[in-house]
Amino acid sequence: MDPLIFGFLLSDGLISGALYALVALALVLVFAVTRVILIPMGEWVVFAPLTQAVLLEGRLPGTVWLSAGLLLVWAVLDRRRGRTPLLLALAAALVVAAGYLGLAVPALAPLVAILVVLPLGPANFRLFFEPLPGATVLVYLILAVGLHFVYKGLGLAFFGPEQFGLPALLPGEASVFGLPVPRQGVLMVVAAGALMAALYLFFARSLFGKALRAAAVNRIGARLSGISVREAGRVAFLLATGIGALAGVLVAPLSNASYEMGFLLGLKGFVAAIVAGLSSYPLAVAGGVLVGVLESFSSFFASAYKEAIVFALLLPVLAWRSVSSLALEEEE
Amino acid sequence: MIALALVLLLALPWVLPPFYQTLFVFYAIAALVVLGLYLLTGLAGLTSFGQAAFMGVAGYTSALLALRVGVSPWVGLFAGLAVTFVFALLLGLLTVRLKGHYLPLATIAWQVALYIVMGSWVALTGGRTGLSDLPAVAVFGLELRDPRYFHYLAWGLLLLYALALYRLVHSRHGRMIRALRGDAVAAASFGARPPELKLWTFVIAALGAGIAGWLYVHFVRFVNPSPFSLEASIFYLIMAVVGGVGSFPGAFLGAGLLTGLEQWLKDLVPLVLGKSGNYEVIAYGLILVGILHLAPRGLWPWVEARLPRRTPPPPEGEGLAPRAEPLPEGPLLVVEDLTKSFGGLLAVNGLSFAVRRGEILGLIGPNGAGKSTTFNLLAGVLRPDRGRIVFREREITGRYPFETVRLGLVRTFQHPHLFPEMTVLENAMLGTYPRTHAPMLASMLGLDANEERRAAAEAYRALVRVGLAEKAFLKAGALSLGEQRKLEVARALAADPVLLLLDEPAAGLRAGEKRALAELIRRLREEGITVLLVDHDMELVMHLVDRVVVMHYGEKIAEGPPEAVQRDPAVLEAYLGGAA
Repeated sequence: MDPLIFGFLLSDGLISGALYALVALALVLVFAVTRVILIPMGEWVVFAPLTQAVLLEGRLPGTVWLSAGLLLVWAVLDRRRGRTPLLLALAAALVVAAGYLGLAVPALAPLVAILVVLPLGPANFRLFFEPLPGATVLVYLILAVGLHFVYKGLGLAFFGPEQFGLPALLPGEASVFGLPVPRQGVLMVVAAGALMAALYLFFARSLFGKALRAAAVNRIGARLSGISVREAGRVAFLLATGIGALAGVLVAPLSNASYEMGFLLGLKGFVAAIVAGLSSYPLAVAGGVLVGVLESFSSFFASAYKEAIVFALLLPVLAWRSVSSLALEEEE
Repeated sequence: MIALALVLLLALPWVLPPFYQTLFVFYAIAALVVLGLYLLTGLAGLTSFGQAAFMGVAGYTSALLALRVGVSPWVGLFAGLAVTFVFALLLGLLTVRLKGHYLPLATIAWQVALYIVMGSWVALTGGRTGLSDLPAVAVFGLELRDPRYFHYLAWGLLLLYALALYRLVHSRHGRMIRALRGDAVAAASFGARPPELKLWTFVIAALGAGIAGWLYVHFVRFVNPSPFSLEASIFYLIMAVVGGVGSFPGAFLGAGLLTGLEQWLKDLVPLVLGKSGNYEVIAYGLILVGILHLAPRGLWPWVEARLPRRTPPPPEGEGLAPRAEPLPEGPLLVVEDLTKSFGGLLAVNGLSFAVRRGEILGLIGPNGAGKSTTFNLLAGVLRPDRGRIVFREREITGRYPFETVRLGLVRTFQHPHLFPEMTVLENAMLGTYPRTHAPMLASMLGLDANEERRAAAEAYRALVRVGLAEKAFLKAGALSLGEQRKLEVARALAADPVLLLLDEPAAGLRAGEKRALAELIRRLREEGITVLLVDHDMELVMHLVDRVVVMHYGEKIAEGPPEAVQRDPAVLEAYLGGAA
């Protein structure tokens, strides 16, 4: 194969791999802490660049009102909890103000878009998942599927069916090992790496990160040591939405964005998360990169089957895990 | 009630408007898939995202055979099911040995990959445009083109599948499938092979979807990939969960409700909002979320809790045939040089002892002596590093519990491993699993009725023996700890034990309950059952057993009658720390 083509495919794969890795990280985080397989994650990832695009067109996107509205509902639900409702109402006002700021100052639009999407995660957790503590993974999953439908429909209502092109945050091309690569792509990979490093520090070093890990490993034990599992769930959702929204804003200038891209994107992140057994963060990153590279190369060699090849990747992974596991294990 | 429903079902196509005639056919097709999920997800606890792909496999097989080879759709049905069977078997073999989330994940992969192949292999499948002009199904020369006739085909096949499934669920296999989900170790201790049962469950569910797929393509007489997508698979899962994933009527409820809801929303939402678009999707999602918040376990359990309950009569008649082979003259169980370590910790070290026929042997020792490890080695849950275990003159070292239980080596659990959602009688009937033989197919065809009756009678007799008969039809979750221990024993008795392994049966019991338990164990010995008892309740052990083996730090330090052992200086040293 032509080394130039190889280089292009590899860099392309690494860039989308960075996206899948981030989505996979977010999914693993949410699943570990709350046992929710967050299907609407993909929708939220594309909501961020779509919000940005509508702002740049000079309109106020529906996500602003959605986000503020959900925060207000949350405030009403938590009305007896001291200062919480006040803070939530303030956050709602902040989201609306940020929306108008994004209209006035287009340069801030990407940041505003992330800020607008950010409350969706924790608010949805509070509204839909918290009222059912201790439900089975399956019930949470179906709930998540219901929300996926809702957000897919809302996406069409807010943004319409068309694709949006977005201006690069870093225009132009850089030369990497003699290969011309869009600067935006380099930014994506570097930002993903930085974000992972920050997450690592957060989980390894900070007390709050450790508390989250504790809540993921043993709920009862965490509760006995004074960690609120609900709080942990909200934070996990917040982090996940943040990671997803950032990834969406970074990658959209390279690939355009439309409301219906979310689901498949989420699924591929999910494939990467599965490679990691839904539990290991480093493996989730590796899985994301693997999915990205595999997709890039198979779109070159067998374009019609590229998604099939990505999903078929799971079968050898599962076969390997099947062979290396015991037939009968005590589960006490 | 059932007769009324059947009459209604027969009359329906002639009283409904055409729109609803078609809707009812789709209802039957959906119910076939959802019933499979009831077995797979609701009972066995395995979630599948690939049921629509199985529909596609059978549907495309039949369509291609009809169009390219020109065979009848009936041949296509069998060919389609055969191909579905092979795919399900392969996919199942890959995943049933894994725990937790791997089956759902494997099915997603299979679903997405197959969907893309259906859409992209244009030369074979016609791609996304699909294949049209499929032949209609003919019955005795009558072509079923009208939904009013097709209604009978679809509902007929559905009811046959439902009947087979219902029988399976209420057979020895069904009880074990339900048990497997809660607790694979307990299921294996009573003769089930967990991977095998899971595999067949998966295959049976896939075949239901296969029938549905075949019905679908020959009803619309056109096939393209879209009804076999991941979204479709998820829809079926939603139906199952909304109806109540662990309940038989729930499958019908969920399939009917959501098939209707989808259609109604398509018509209703534009009417209410004055515009169409994706608003019905939003409404659908919100209704789904709402239902789960109202009834997290699904609609049928919610309804059922509001219906009156009736108690069936106690089972009567002859029980199962007792064990025929004679027992050996020598010791029943011989343990030689048994050794097991966990990392650096030597839990059991060179342990040897024998259990004589008809005695109650106590295995005691202070905490950490290695009693539980020894018990688990005997029960086949752990494998020894060294040494031999010989039971009834057969070497059983390292054999699985589902093998040894058939020889009559039956255990109870210290923390009761019962199934709270099943009745007390059903829990006890789990014990009869290794003594009954009807294969799955026989159960599905209803050929196991006689054996089932005898198994129920046998289990009921075991409940009478332990004094739980009057609670036979309560859910096991409603029993007190003492009663749960009795049920543990009853389940073991139903397996016709030669040697009963009791794991700390007295732990957590009140004094009165302990006395009753001791009484029960003595009575069992008189009935000819040999008992190996692991406990550290000295009073119970010393008053009950014929001989004791005392362990300390993984080794045997004394063996003999209780009175002698109580005076043994090594034992006093171990228990009282040098007071001797």
